[in-house]
Amino acid sequence: MFSRTLRTSHVAAPLRNNAFSRTTLVKRTVTTDAATAHAEAVPAEDTKPFQVTLSDESFETYELDPPPYTLNTTKKELKQIYHDMVSVRRMEMAADRLYKEKKIRGFCHLSTGQEAVAVGIEHSLTKEDDVITAYRCHGFALMRGGTVKSIVGELLGRREGIAYGKGGSMHMFAKGFYGGNGIVGAQVPVGAGLAFAHKYKGNNNVTVALYGDGASNQGQVFEAFNMAKLWNLPVLFGCENNKYGMGTAANRSSALTDYYKRGQYMPGLKVNGMDVLAVKAAVQHGKEYTTAGNGPLVLEYVTYRYGGHSMSDPGTTYRTREEIQRMRSTQDPIAGLKQKLLEWNVTTEEELKRIDKDARAAVDAEVAEAEAMPPPDATPQNLYEDIYVRGSELPFMRGRTLEENYYY
Amino acid sequence: MLRFLRPASRFVSAAAARPVARSAFQLFPRVPAIIQSQGYATEGGVKDYTVRDALNEALAEELELNPKVFVLGEEVAQYNGAYKVTKGLLDRFGDKRVIDSPITESGFCGLTVGAALAGLHPVCEFMTFNFAMQAIDQIVNSAAKTHYMSGGIQPCNITFRGPNGFAAGVAAQHSQDYSAWYGSIPGLKVVTPWSAEDAKGLLKAAIRDPNPVCVLENELLYGQVFPMSEAAQKDDFVIPFGKAKIERAGKDLTIVTLSRCVGQSLVAAENIKKKYGVEVEVINLRSIKPLDVESIVKSVKKTHRLLCVESGFPAFGVGAEILALGMEYAFDYLDAPAQRITGAEVPTPYAQKLEDMSFPNESLIENYIAKMLRL
Repeated sequence: MFSRTLRTSHVAAPLRNNAFSRTTLVKRTVTTDAATAHAEAVPAEDTKPFQVTLSDESFETYELDPPPYTLNTTKKELKQIYHDMVSVRRMEMAADRLYKEKKIRGFCHLSTGQEAVAVGIEHSLTKEDDVITAYRCHGFALMRGGTVKSIVGELLGRREGIAYGKGGSMHMFAKGFYGGNGIVGAQVPVGAGLAFAHKYKGNNNVTVALYGDGASNQGQVFEAFNMAKLWNLPVLFGCENNKYGMGTAANRSSALTDYYKRGQYMPGLKVNGMDVLAVKAAVQHGKEYTTAGNGPLVLEYVTYRYGGHSMSDPGTTYRTREEIQRMRSTQDPIAGLKQKLLEWNVTTEEELKRIDKDARAAVDAEVAEAEAMPPPDATPQNLYEDIYVRGSELPFMRGRTLEENYYY
Repeated sequence: MLRFLRPASRFVSAAAARPVARSAFQLFPRVPAIIQSQGYATEGGVKDYTVRDALNEALAEELELNPKVFVLGEEVAQYNGAYKVTKGLLDRFGDKRVIDSPITESGFCGLTVGAALAGLHPVCEFMTFNFAMQAIDQIVNSAAKTHYMSGGIQPCNITFRGPNGFAAGVAAQHSQDYSAWYGSIPGLKVVTPWSAEDAKGLLKAAIRDPNPVCVLENELLYGQVFPMSEAAQKDDFVIPFGKAKIERAGKDLTIVTLSRCVGQSLVAAENIKKKYGVEVEVINLRSIKPLDVESIVKSVKKTHRLLCVESGFPAFGVGAEILALGMEYAFDYLDAPAQRITGAEVPTPYAQKLEDMSFPNESLIENYIAKMLRL
């Protein structure tokens, strides 16, 4: 009790200046309602910008002025965002099916329910910015430029998979996307390093380094925080808080569940992670903030995963079916955006249906292509390639027996 | 004499003064192999256990017997263990003894080491030893070295356990075998159970041992069923460290192996007997630190040929160590150079066909035996 008082009233005090004090007076709680934004006077043209006003429950801040509650967008962009979220979900559902058909091996972590985070982040970045995340990575890989075919191909262990069948579900890489990392929390300092490189090279870019609420307690997360703040690195740390680290509820693993305050000396921003527009507004603001030299931020995306931690976890032993059902039926990011698009006359029911149908058909077609792709041949060359950079390999790698040694 | 006044030494002598436990050590290996392999027979009280059940029983018994023992790790309590090894322990022993930790390997490993320094007997579970890499500094520097650095004043009775080595289809970051890593550290003891009896007896011995012990289990073995002798079902059953078990007697070639490769070697040995009538001796190391050099040498004296089968990386590995020991202690008895089958020197690939090429399997072992014996 004492320490809590100390934390809020004294420790934070030296950080506070006039700009900050305003925000701390206003108490807000972040909603997870996916359909709370407003828009008026939506233009007829697809590419003409207009303004969307976000709910004042979209953000909560820590030692930070809140981002603008308005967002400039176009009908075209909104439709693309909708299309992207539908694609990610469709792809994850295909992965779910393929896993159950025993065509995907090992671990498979799906992001169904969390699509607004990956899609919202992508729509606030450029391809020169970086993203790094943990093992729940399929949606990010798709958004960063991976194709459905290559991602599902990887899940199926195909030669034409995004990592040539070497990485599997947890390890996917693309330009500006540094994985796909399997060790909980390890990607966070690596993300700080990506930001360090931006600063070093003089790029005006940002790194989004994501981790889950479970990973948020790892020591190296705090080590990364310290260096990022110390050296003013352009990094947006992002805790995807889906409320459960594996089967452990956040309040059973974390002494402070306000993950956006975990940076202590670093300003934080809690975002409605079910509302893709709020995510976009937050990351857009974060990028401006940090590339202006203001240093790193800790973002918390409040979200929810519909499925278990991985395919082997039914996800119902540590939370009620009612809770999952309530989130699915009332807070769904895709349904929320859909409702708004119709309400604002951004699109018609028919056009939305067509977008849905096209996105699903495109994903299904690529999944079918991926299934038809061959796995890598069981040749030593396929096995031993790429352990080292080509041309700089060791003379040979040892096989299981001497006879199986592979000479480059 | 002064040495015996030191706290740690008192601790050891206290452990040694458990006559029941010690006699159980010696009884078990003398049970003839034929009785152990009776399988489903109920005569003699032999029962079928999965490795998972055996580990669970070992933990339950030690929690029951010693209030200083507690289990701490990720998802061990309410979720009943990521691989269900700790199933039911929370209900039975409560949340003081069975504790869910946050996903902070370095932190909770350090914390359990601290509790061990203060006299408790923690069982620190890693969801897999791949994640223990986050905490290896605590295992090596804080746990393994403290007794020596303190001049024998400060013991650290802790058990680190969890699945080690490759599972299936989980790719490079989740597939590593750490036997050689931990096996190289003075101050640690390292056991590698294969069967249900191994699992129970070695885990219980690990918890009782006054030193830090790594119990390197294998995820693919958890669901495998083994017969468990009546003696092994009792709560005083422990297996002594540094005693290998001859799982199959033979006269033509000695296979020294551990963990999952024991089962593969036994299958290969059986097949080779059917095909060529030769008898391969299969030695299950059970513990790799201490390592039972004597049993290996004795066997090589008989067979004159040595093959080590393991699934770690080849360079500087368990196989390399066994071969070096073969050179040092049994060179004169060998009729041919000792050989090893290991994991391939490659980060584990995801695609199944490539993964299959990365680890030993029954047919590879069989073919290699045939080659070594020129069959």
